[in-house]
Amino acid sequence: MRGINGISRRSFLKAGAAVVGGLVIGFNLPLNGKRVEAADKWSSADIANAFLRIGEDDSITILVNHSEMGQGVYTSLPMMVAEELDCDWSKVKIEAAPVNVVYGHTNFGAQMTGGSSSTWTEWDRLRQVGATGKAMLIAAAAKTWEVTTESCRAENGVVFHDATKRQLTYGKLAKQAEKMPTPTNITLKDPKDFKIIGKPIKRLDTPSKTNGQAVFGIDVQIDGLLTAVVRRPPVLGGKVKSFSTDKAKAISGVKAIVQIHSGIAVVADNFWSANRGAKALDVVWNDGAGANLDTEKQREQYAKLADSPGAVAKNKGNVETAMSSATTKLEAVYEVPYLAHAPMEPLNCVADVRKDSCHVWTGTQFQTAEHAVAAKITGLPAEKVHVHTTLLGGGFGRRAVPDSHFVREAVETSKAVKAPVKVVWTREDDIHGGWYRPRYYHKIAGGLDANNNPVAWKHTIVGQSIASGTPFEGFMVHNGVDSTSVEGAENVPYAIPNVYVDLHSPKSNVPVLWWRSVGGSHNPIVVECFLDELAAAAGKDPYKLRLELLKGHPRHKRALELAVSKSNWGAPLPERHGRGLAVHASFGSFVAQVAEVSVSKEGKVKIHKVICAVDCGPVVNPDTVEAQMESGIVYALSAVLHGKITFKNGRVQQSNFYDYKALRMDEMPQVETHIVPSTDKMGGIGEVSVPPLAPAVINAIFAATGKRIRQLPINSEELRG
Amino acid sequence: MVKLKINQKKYEIDADPEMPLLWAIRDKIGLTGTKYGCGVAQCGACTVHVDGEAVRSCVVPISAAEGKEITTIEGLSSDLGDSLQQAWIAEDVPQCGYCQSGQIMSAAVLLAHNDKPTDEDIDDVMTGNICRCGTYNRIRRAIHSAADSVRKQKGEN
Repeated sequence: MRGINGISRRSFLKAGAAVVGGLVIGFNLPLNGKRVEAADKWSSADIANAFLRIGEDDSITILVNHSEMGQGVYTSLPMMVAEELDCDWSKVKIEAAPVNVVYGHTNFGAQMTGGSSSTWTEWDRLRQVGATGKAMLIAAAAKTWEVTTESCRAENGVVFHDATKRQLTYGKLAKQAEKMPTPTNITLKDPKDFKIIGKPIKRLDTPSKTNGQAVFGIDVQIDGLLTAVVRRPPVLGGKVKSFSTDKAKAISGVKAIVQIHSGIAVVADNFWSANRGAKALDVVWNDGAGANLDTEKQREQYAKLADSPGAVAKNKGNVETAMSSATTKLEAVYEVPYLAHAPMEPLNCVADVRKDSCHVWTGTQFQTAEHAVAAKITGLPAEKVHVHTTLLGGGFGRRAVPDSHFVREAVETSKAVKAPVKVVWTREDDIHGGWYRPRYYHKIAGGLDANNNPVAWKHTIVGQSIASGTPFEGFMVHNGVDSTSVEGAENVPYAIPNVYVDLHSPKSNVPVLWWRSVGGSHNPIVVECFLDELAAAAGKDPYKLRLELLKGHPRHKRALELAVSKSNWGAPLPERHGRGLAVHASFGSFVAQVAEVSVSKEGKVKIHKVICAVDCGPVVNPDTVEAQMESGIVYALSAVLHGKITFKNGRVQQSNFYDYKALRMDEMPQVETHIVPSTDKMGGIGEVSVPPLAPAVINAIFAATGKRIRQLPINSEELRG
Repeated sequence: MVKLKINQKKYEIDADPEMPLLWAIRDKIGLTGTKYGCGVAQCGACTVHVDGEAVRSCVVPISAAEGKEITTIEGLSSDLGDSLQQAWIAEDVPQCGYCQSGQIMSAAVLLAHNDKPTDEDIDDVMTGNICRCGTYNRIRRAIHSAADSVRKQKGEN
């Protein structure tokens, strides 16, 4: 990919002026005409210019390079800039960054949002941006007053020279600041001096999300915009053999029908007509090999695979010897189904392809890829292609796709019909459309020695690889092991001397994708539930056993101790009520949960309460941390109680929220979040509360009923009392 | 032509009378605060008020809404609407925010009928609105606090 994804300095300046009506600290991105090879060659002032605009009207505009999908980055990232800038927080506005190499992810390179990484990967850079801005404003004031910079100070958007009682606002200094040389020796604040970071600051996007003004991709309106609904194959991987447009054309409002890579796009002047047209199309499909896919048959295939050796992900000690000399041996099979992400906003994308330009508006987690694919389809030079990131009505991984399919659909359709087009997926398209969390079959065995200590752990995982066959394969798959398939399984924190983990990655026509917490959405279920099985076999309290085995893992331990200390662990409960716990580290954070449940005689499970403790290192916005813990818990609970995608004759058997159910208000447990005070390395928050939830609930059900759930979603029939 | 009155404003819609109200509101009139989530009255993202009652606009044909008072999130500026929006902001309810128009419109009808809802009352009404981000507990708190301010206003009047 070329070093620059194409925004000229002029267009930047124009955009800047349109927003704030005046300059600004420079905004002189060194892009005019020349290619910049790597962002790391840029000076701190260049980078500050890319992220920060200060208007002569004192407005502070912070460009945010990560996508807002609910996780709060449109507030937490600006907080980091504002802290070091010492500006007036009430003047802060945000704008989604365009696509440019300077906005690339500091760890992954590409401009993208994922892996619960936005905050910790911007922690240094964005504080530097704010500190650089402040240093340039102080330098500008010092020059204006002909005093030393050391004799000036900045506070709340104003630079003061106390000795002469002079002051100037940032807005008044902006033009002069632009001309100041790149500051050297920037020092960042001592955390004890933070005024914004660490405080429960209100989200900047809340007001617009309560009055209908927030603009998601599906809300984009431009002149002459048409809407397209795509008729896609009923079997994943299928192709169009032939089609007739007569019936679809007869629907009022239908303007054009074009074949694109994923199916047939019916273009109309509104969604309803486009959708009716898409349904009315007569299509003959070539189903391909996928027509044989059947959930039950696939289960047999996976079970067979689990009995043969797979690619080795972990081999510590000698598990076979340890197992054969173990006093107590346990074996279990855990299974989880394919899951759709089902974000509330169905996928969509607006594209306006013209002879000399292409504009794309969409809620995406992967701007660099969308930009590249639009350039490729249109044949336009990179700088003529503009990707505008809107708000995302939920992401959960579904909007970070390796093949840019929802952007391709819109760009291909707009190019074909020579008009701006919005492609909208129906909910049925979303549920039928693949890109699921893979189905997994886990076979696990463990052994206890004569003192009831776990000595052997053998875990075999069977499930499709997410990274295989995508551009991510190179850095995610090593020696046949997709790291996303085994994360949370190959790095079990417990002190068990002999551990063996292997993996089978069968191929399928079903496209699969990261689903909030990725490997964390299944491996910890097996690990944390099977550890409880071992605890029960050993006659040990599951909490005490974990403490014994977590030596050398202080952050796991602290989170677990905090959650348990808030949970009345061990206190008596009514009949068929139970508590269960789980702890898991992912994305650099450590989360423990205690779930309290009851199970009715009919087998119905009610989750009363979840106590959640999180150690994510230094906290930027504690209210956002709390919101994300609760959010992950709900997302995971939907899967525990309801989530399931199944196939018969290659067809997905679920269609919409009536049979692919999501947690609703009446099922919502109380949630209590406790943050471990921590100065350790910062981790993520967006996904990290998902992994412990399912095992905590399953362990609580065991405590309540003595029955072990090993298959999700929960089948009430198994729990009748 | 189907005549609709939305947020006190009159519109003549040139569309099939069977077109769901949602798509007339979004695609014909251009008010995009009302959201499409499922198309089958399962998720509540498209909730609007028709003659003061919460309806799922994705399944109501425009012909059935003719001559009625329709209110969308953009038109909810009564004291009740203000109380709800302020409570939503105070609790920082939204995450992705996509479902929140529908949540607020459902809550508004609940409070119009019942200014002191119990948790069960809230469950009964709000269970029709899905939030995939899991903001349910904050929605519950916001409804209780909006109810408090609604009652306070009534007491003062």
